[in-house]
Amino acid sequence: MADTRIKPREAAPASRGPAARRRRVWTMSRADAAAGYLFIAPQLLGVLVFVIVPVGLAIWYSLNEWNVFTGATTFVGAANYQAALDDPQLPKVLGATAVFSGGVVVLNLALGLALAVMLNRRFRGSVLFRTLFFSPVVVSVVAWTLVWGFLLQDNGGINGVLAALGADGPNWLQSGPTAMIAVTFTQVVRSVGINMVLFLAALQGVPGELYEAARLDGAGSRRIFFRITLPLISPTLLLTAIITIVGALQSFAQIAVLTEGGPGLSTTVLVYYVFQQAFSFNDIGYGSTLALMLLTFVMVLTVIQWQLRRKWVFYED
Amino acid sequence: MPTTAKKLVSALALGTLAAAAGCAGTTASDENVALRMTVWTSNEDHLALFDSIADAYIADHPEIESITFESLPFEEYNTTLTTQIAGGNAPDLAWMGDLSADLIDSGALVPLTETLEGAEGWDYGDLVPSVTGEFSRDGELYAYPFSNSPFALYVNTDLLAEAGQTLDPAALTWDQVSALGSAVHAATGKGGFVVNDFNYSSWNTLATVWTAFGASAWNEDGTECGFASPEMTDAFTFLHNAVYTDESMPGPGVTADFFAGDAAFAVAQVSRAGNLDGSFAYDIQPLPQGPAGDYSVIGQAGMGVLQSSAHVEAATGFLAYLTDPENAAKLAQYFPPPRQSLLTGEGLAANNTKFTAEQLQTVVVDQVPGAVTLPNHTNPAEVAQKAKTALDAMWTPDADVPAVLASVCDAIDPLLAA
Repeated sequence: MADTRIKPREAAPASRGPAARRRRVWTMSRADAAAGYLFIAPQLLGVLVFVIVPVGLAIWYSLNEWNVFTGATTFVGAANYQAALDDPQLPKVLGATAVFSGGVVVLNLALGLALAVMLNRRFRGSVLFRTLFFSPVVVSVVAWTLVWGFLLQDNGGINGVLAALGADGPNWLQSGPTAMIAVTFTQVVRSVGINMVLFLAALQGVPGELYEAARLDGAGSRRIFFRITLPLISPTLLLTAIITIVGALQSFAQIAVLTEGGPGLSTTVLVYYVFQQAFSFNDIGYGSTLALMLLTFVMVLTVIQWQLRRKWVFYED
Repeated sequence: MPTTAKKLVSALALGTLAAAAGCAGTTASDENVALRMTVWTSNEDHLALFDSIADAYIADHPEIESITFESLPFEEYNTTLTTQIAGGNAPDLAWMGDLSADLIDSGALVPLTETLEGAEGWDYGDLVPSVTGEFSRDGELYAYPFSNSPFALYVNTDLLAEAGQTLDPAALTWDQVSALGSAVHAATGKGGFVVNDFNYSSWNTLATVWTAFGASAWNEDGTECGFASPEMTDAFTFLHNAVYTDESMPGPGVTADFFAGDAAFAVAQVSRAGNLDGSFAYDIQPLPQGPAGDYSVIGQAGMGVLQSSAHVEAATGFLAYLTDPENAAKLAQYFPPPRQSLLTGEGLAANNTKFTAEQLQTVVVDQVPGAVTLPNHTNPAEVAQKAKTALDAMWTPDADVPAVLASVCDAIDPLLAA
């Protein structure tokens, strides 16, 4: 198709003067390309200004020590990277990050899928339940976390309910394991709605005749779920897995508002540690080094999932 | 180079030159000076007072076009101010609290002593010596300590009466406060004593307790950790017992707001009296005695001029005017002053409806001259976070107090030595 539009202009004689040459330069394929670039220009500009340039600056900052009060910068080479290797707190921070992110991803995907499967059936009140589970997604994360902060106090609402039931609740935010459970739970409950909606959309796209055929062949519910439903919604599973992992690694407000990374370092995840180093301790160089480490983690995890999609995502081979 | 590209490059070059010329003009100009001071108050009365003083100064100084007071949220004040400085948008003048050590040590503040001593009628010798140390280095003052609010013991006398307890102000000790607090908690379920703003996080506020035991966070020049000292161990043993044995201090994760009537005692700055809404009967006392005897602690705020200001001379001149005896008296309406001449019970009571002149004499005037300040160190946020991370282990019923305190020193020793 492209040939039929372009060839006549390319075949035009060169003796028609400058106007003809200008016309030859401005071919339809180039016009199409220019239009395409114009369409992507706003996004490209956004990525350039808000991603590429900041990442470039972060690399530069990570090679320097910057006194924020005087503006003086000193080139220190790999010293900030060596500091990361020598930082006794960093292994604990990475451990907390792995536990938090892993917990959020597993619970979020499992709960989101379970809710979607349950609410995929039509029953009285199903729309109400869908709205109920989705509503935390649209609530401000800080407001959501503040409310949970009050509920999770030792003399707060949750322990009040437990006491009414005759149980003695823990001081949720004051010991490492329960604080991690609390921040993971609040993150999962807040964000599970978006995964539920995505799974619901995917479930409703599974052709009904496949279920009908499977039942005629004598397959049970469990077999139908694992052999038909799950493979057919696997592209959505891949999408939700990627956005949930990235979201978990970027969770900041829950930690800042609920625990400030404590007790000890038990809930200090990498993104909160980056904030502390760069903006509380004014160590922009080391903070940038850690931010690049976080960026690398996110990219590596995303690439791994993308590569593995051929093995577990239906339609990909 | 194509004609269009040439035009573009020329335009960019001209634009850059014009911008550079514009910037240079702003920096060099001594006319149409616009000054900006960052503050953390958003109180309309405070801001109206500052505006009125600024207006009077502008009337006598035609080169000053405007003086703006920019309110920043208290919680994010240090971060915002630091970001403004780092981003090349530093104010000309700024309020400062625990950031002062970093600002002074990095050379970001303009020295003030010579200017203030030389200002006509300023009376530098009127400053109480105990309040200038926090904002000085080697005898040079870098910020004017405009607010020096002592910590005191607020008492909810209604709660004490409800629990059938009485307070003996003549022999007020921490042990007595803990015993009374324990009795109030047992009788009413309310909290015994709270250290305001501590929240099991801002540990530096506990200096209002450990100073009574003769402890300090570090030595005078800030190079040696004091947490592992026997005095500090005694202080934290007292606090740990208060939380987990006597139950006289609400534990971590328990909300108890003295000003809402949730506790019998609170250690808080006198300047917090505005939170008393009359919903319960109250009293105020100096901080209780401990094994080390009488002591007092103040929380301070200073005002300084930033070296990065394009108008250092104008900003310093305005600061001298803002803090001269006449204007210092106006500021004393809201902020306990650093000037001996203004530190009188009657003077403070003229603008304080919560306490009598006698009470203010006892809890403010008598306390400021011998007061120590809350611990502050270069790199305050990192020192605070490292110590907090280690101290978190203190707040469990079976904590090993000396071991936890030793771990605090392990955590902050590298920072103190730096």
